[in-house]
This record gives sequence, C-alpha cells and structure tokens, in this order.
Amino acid sequence: MATRSRPLSPHLQVYRPMYTMALSMTHRLTGLGLTLGLVLLCAWLAALAAGPSTYGKLRSVVVSPLGFLVIAAYVVAFWYHLCAGLRHLRHDLGHGLERASARRSGLVVVVAALALSGLTLAALWHLGGRP
Amino acid sequence: MSLKSPLGRVLGLGTGRGATHHFWVQRVSAVALVPLGIWLLVSLAALPDLAYGTARAWAGEFGHAIALVLVIATAAYHSLLGVQVIVEDYVPQPGRKVVVLVASTFVHVAAAAAGLLAVIKMALGSAA
Repeated sequence: MATRSRPLSPHLQVYRPMYTMALSMTHRLTGLGLTLGLVLLCAWLAALAAGPSTYGKLRSVVVSPLGFLVIAAYVVAFWYHLCAGLRHLRHDLGHGLERASARRSGLVVVVAALALSGLTLAALWHLGGRP
Repeated sequence: MSLKSPLGRVLGLGTGRGATHHFWVQRVSAVALVPLGIWLLVSLAALPDLAYGTARAWAGEFGHAIALVLVIATAAYHSLLGVQVIVEDYVPQPGRKVVVLVASTFVHVAAAAAGLLAVIKMALGSAA
C-alpha cells in the first residue's frame, strides 16, 4: 500500500452552497432512504410469507400513524429519487448542463416529485386510515 | 533516493479499473428501476387494503412474483452501487471504508435473499 497520502478532490465545504448542489445532495440522501425502504419491503414480504400471525404483528405497525409517516417519507423519497435520477441520466447524455437549463430542470424535478407524491399519498390514504 | 523498485512505488496508486463498469451498471439498473419501481408503487397503492388475505393473494400471483423478483434484485444491486459511492466519498480511512462496504454488502445480500425467498415461497405456495 502507498504510505504517502493520495491527492483528494475538493470537498463540499469549499463550495458556495447552491440550489443545484442541494438537489444533488437530496438525491443521495433519498437514495440512502430508499436503501432502508428496500430492507423494509423485504421484511414486509418475509413477514407475509411467514404467515398470518407474523404478518398481523407487522401490519399493526404499518397501519399506525408512525407507519404511515414512514410510508409517506418512502413515497416522497421514491418520487424525488426517480425524477432526479432521470434528470441525472439526461445530464449523463450531455444535455441540459448549462446553468439556466440545469436550474430549470431542477425546479421541474422538485415540482414533479411533490405532485406525484401528493397523488400517491392521496391514493394510499385509505390504507393508513382503515385499520 | 529510495531503494524501492519502480513497481513497488506505483503499486496501489492506480485506478481500481472498475469505474467505467460501475458507472454503466449503475445507470442501466437505474433505467430498469424506472418502470419496475413505478409498477411496485402503483400496484401496492391499488390494493383495497393491507389485510393478510389481500396482500398474500397479490404476492402469490405469478406475474406479480416475477416483477417482485426483478424489483428486489435490481433495487438491491442499484442500492449497493449507490451506497458504495457515498461511502467512498465520505469515509476516507481505508480500514473503516472496507468494513462499511463489506457491512453494506452483507445487509444488501441478506435483505435481497429474504425478500426473494419470500416471493418464491408465496408464488409456489399459491399454486399448490
């Protein structure tokens, strides 16, 4: 192994905070949140496969107000990560990287993510409301 | 002047040679997850309730089982790649980095194994 320390790229604190940077950080944070969501989804499926008694215990948590809050956070993280991910894919293809364009697409991502989350949560409301 | 051989001086200083592949598979899995993720969310949101019978019938349907297997496998892979990028960016100590990356791999594989086995069990169980 090399003993001399390797050169590092400039880190977050040397940059002036920017709106587009916040978008990128949110993309990473929601990605981490979705990792947790994947674990929860697999746990839900495992409980479902285990049988009614195990599933019943988990379901009482899922339909509780706290459970609905977790689901709501999961839904918002999902739509944000999906919309922002599509924006990043477009950037990877070399489009929309100019400052004005990047800012505009960022706003589109935020509005679309919130709108889709609102629609999904409205559709999911009855799952939380009815025990 | 060091007595270290030229080879010894450069070992460990190069690239890992996997970056392009990492970049590519992260994007391919992302593209795959767009329809798969939307299917999962819409399909779950369309359930009338989350009672055991309802959820079990939903998961036991063969088409749903195929889609669930694809979602879990693709999402676990995509998530593993994404967490790796974040860890490599924010955990500079080599030892700790390896520990966190291995732990992340274990968690991802364990979650995927549990989820996939559950789906397969329900898919085969409903046929009997």
